[in-house]
Amino acid sequence: MTGLISKFQSIEEAVGCIPDGATIMVGGFGSPGTPFALIEELLAQGQKGLTLIKNDANESGIGIGRLIEAGRVARLITSHIGLNRIAIEEMNAGRLRVEIHPQGLLAEKIRCAGAGHYGFLTDIGLETEIAAHRREIQCEGRTWAIEPALYADFALVHADRADRYGNLVYRATACNFNPLMAMAANETIAQSYRVDEPGSLDPEAIHTPCAFVSALVQVPVESSEQGRRKHVS
Amino acid sequence: MSPDQQRILARAAREVLPGHVVNLGIGLPTGLFSHLGGDVLVHSENGVLGCSPRADDETLDYDLIDAGGAYIGIRPGASFFDSCVSFAMVRRGRVDITFMGAFEVDEHGNLANWKIPGKFSPGIGGAMELAQKVPRLVVLCSHNDKHGNPKILHRCRLPVTAPRCVSRIISEKAVMDVTPDGLKLIDIAEGLTVSALRAATEAPLLVDETRLGRF
Repeated sequence: MTGLISKFQSIEEAVGCIPDGATIMVGGFGSPGTPFALIEELLAQGQKGLTLIKNDANESGIGIGRLIEAGRVARLITSHIGLNRIAIEEMNAGRLRVEIHPQGLLAEKIRCAGAGHYGFLTDIGLETEIAAHRREIQCEGRTWAIEPALYADFALVHADRADRYGNLVYRATACNFNPLMAMAANETIAQSYRVDEPGSLDPEAIHTPCAFVSALVQVPVESSEQGRRKHVS
Repeated sequence: MSPDQQRILARAAREVLPGHVVNLGIGLPTGLFSHLGGDVLVHSENGVLGCSPRADDETLDYDLIDAGGAYIGIRPGASFFDSCVSFAMVRRGRVDITFMGAFEVDEHGNLANWKIPGKFSPGIGGAMELAQKVPRLVVLCSHNDKHGNPKILHRCRLPVTAPRCVSRIISEKAVMDVTPDGLKLIDIAEGLTVSALRAATEAPLLVDETRLGRF
């Protein structure tokens, strides 16, 4: 199928186009914004040798934590995995390669790819341990680190609402990395609790215009249940 | 929360001025949340400006957490944004003050709070950018580690989060400012002598006993 309405797909079809070894951006900061249903489908389909790009590793037993525990992730590009004990163990055992970036730089590297740039210059992290891995240049009399953009084959994003064309609206702190990743990947697969007719969303309220979205899947709210803590201290 | 931690938080609350945009680091600084007045905006790097503590009887919003993962509420005038905008706010200096914990902090204002090589390396999160770019960084930490060793050092030994970034240190024993001449003692805990404080601190302290506050 071609044309605007073809973005609406079954979850099997949408996730089925991801091959072994793919580099996949996954939205979410902690649970909010994590596309749990798409991740579960990836788990069920069996793709392996994946490189994941996500702010964090969720928590053990949920989200991408399940992919890591199933041995399906070769490499994780992230900013912090402190809430996932198993991911830390896998990293320390050498079974999971983990690449750490300061959170705002991770976001900006992804944004930069979404904007079609090579990279950007920054003074964040100069004179720290992370400087060892970066090229520095002199410009306007100051030292800057070169941060290349971070591209991916696929992005899995979670929206609160969408229309059939793939226009996306995020909610509250479930926004986070989702709109950035939706722009940075070659193919963006979005899940949304609600998918309405084109025209139902306020054009001024759309966070991700449909041109960035390749496939759209409607998922029940219950698909995010694993990320919800019922007992709150 | 221990009495020492309560003392740190009560003193730290006085650092926040009306109209401030504030970021609270994970751990002890998060406890400051409930000490803040109504005229400040709390920034959380996962994409919200205007966080408020969630009342116990308030319905949980599963899409609304702070950067530490706790469910929160928002106050009137709050805004949501993506992670790039959140860190643009930080790097552009629009967050006025941030509070962070520390493994080590030194007399030059260097801060180490993200990594203990071989023991603890969960990642950096937003700490590096907050430490480097927020105009005023106040460290909230115990004065000594659990073995009694000083955490306020001549020079950090652990990998730094950012160099020369700390403005003020508040421990249960003292309030100290980072100055070009070294650490200057501002306040000392009730009942503590300057010599006892010096004994618990590796970094030299500049002390003017005539102008010393108590807390």
